[in-house]
Amino acid sequence: MAEAAKVDPMHQFTIEPMFGTDHWQIAGYNIAFTNSSLWMGIAAVALLVFVWGGMKRELVPGRWQMAVEGFTGFIDNLLAANIGPAGKKYVPYIFSLFMFILFANVLGLMPLGLVGVHPFTFTSHFTATGVLAVMSFAIVLIVGFWKHKLHFFSLFIPHGTPLVMIPLIFAIELVSFLVRPFSLGLRLFVAMMAGHVLLEVLSGFVINGVNAGLGIGPVVSILSFALMIAICALEILVAGIQAYVFALLTSLYLNDAENLH
Amino acid sequence: MPQIAQIAETWSSQIFWMLIFFGFIFFVIGRGMVPKVMATVETRDRQIASDLAAAEAARAAADAEEEAWRAQANRQRAEAQAVIAKAKLAAAKASETRLAKANAKLDAKLTEAEGKIAEARNGALKEIEKVAAEAASDIVTRVAGLTVDAKAATAAVKEALHG
Repeated sequence: MAEAAKVDPMHQFTIEPMFGTDHWQIAGYNIAFTNSSLWMGIAAVALLVFVWGGMKRELVPGRWQMAVEGFTGFIDNLLAANIGPAGKKYVPYIFSLFMFILFANVLGLMPLGLVGVHPFTFTSHFTATGVLAVMSFAIVLIVGFWKHKLHFFSLFIPHGTPLVMIPLIFAIELVSFLVRPFSLGLRLFVAMMAGHVLLEVLSGFVINGVNAGLGIGPVVSILSFALMIAICALEILVAGIQAYVFALLTSLYLNDAENLH
Repeated sequence: MPQIAQIAETWSSQIFWMLIFFGFIFFVIGRGMVPKVMATVETRDRQIASDLAAAEAARAAADAEEEAWRAQANRQRAEAQAVIAKAKLAAAKASETRLAKANAKLDAKLTEAEGKIAEARNGALKEIEKVAAEAASDIVTRVAGLTVDAKAATAAVKEALHG
């Protein structure tokens, strides 16, 4: 740490294969188990433990059961508000999506570096968020065409569009529709990456400031450290908000598929 | 930027493990556990609703019972009033008849007494007539030396007495 400019803010996103690098393949594609996969697994296990703790099914719930029921109720309300009664069947999917992203984001922010474990935020990889986004988009397409057949295309023509405007509006709406999976996946990836890079850059300032010796260095360090604390709080908020936004937008898109306009 | 720099060697692994773990979460947690949690919530909500309904019903029943009790009390009070009024009426009638009976008895006694008095008076008048007639004939004998027969004396006395 003595050398300055040694802090690489992007290094935290590096995927390091753990095992199976050489011979774990499906049809020629490598499926090595990496630190990213490991943290997906940790998030999944943490979520399993969390929900399992709320499965006591008591009439008068304890704190844990209350917390789990709070989350399921939250998703249920979200879907009821955005889709209506037809939204009930999407609760398992939206709940899985929201909780998985939330746990991934929050786990990535845990100060586990203090005990020598380096958390990896897999939601800062668009290869991971892209899977979720494409999955949501695919469900929207399947539900839309299943329920409304080709009538689903009327989604791209808002009510009251003048006849001459229909081709243009249709093209615009179609493009904005097709952009959805990208915006969905990129939003989460960008938000998580930006926050982590910012924290890393600020921590680089703290280290470099201390190493710079007396003078302006400690001032920079203290200011950067104060800013880091504030941004850590903000990042926890962002972790929740991004998970919520992902779930909310997915439910809004599902609403389009279920109810058209 | 490792996300782009490493994409060629990591994308398949990322997608594969993402599907594996998300699939696990969706099928085990989302499909398996979440409906049970929500069923618990629903059961509780239903229980609370039914308890509230039962309490409401019990309150209504209590109200109805109180109403019925009040109506019964009112009815019984009215019945009691009627009984009292009837008894009063009967008592008044009984005393009236007794009074009337006593009155009649008294009236009878009075008339009887009046009759006796009248009889006594008539008897007395007759006695006086007789005595007066005897005295008149005596007086006539002594004064005039005439003998007047009793019949004439009596007629004369009657005439003098009754005018």
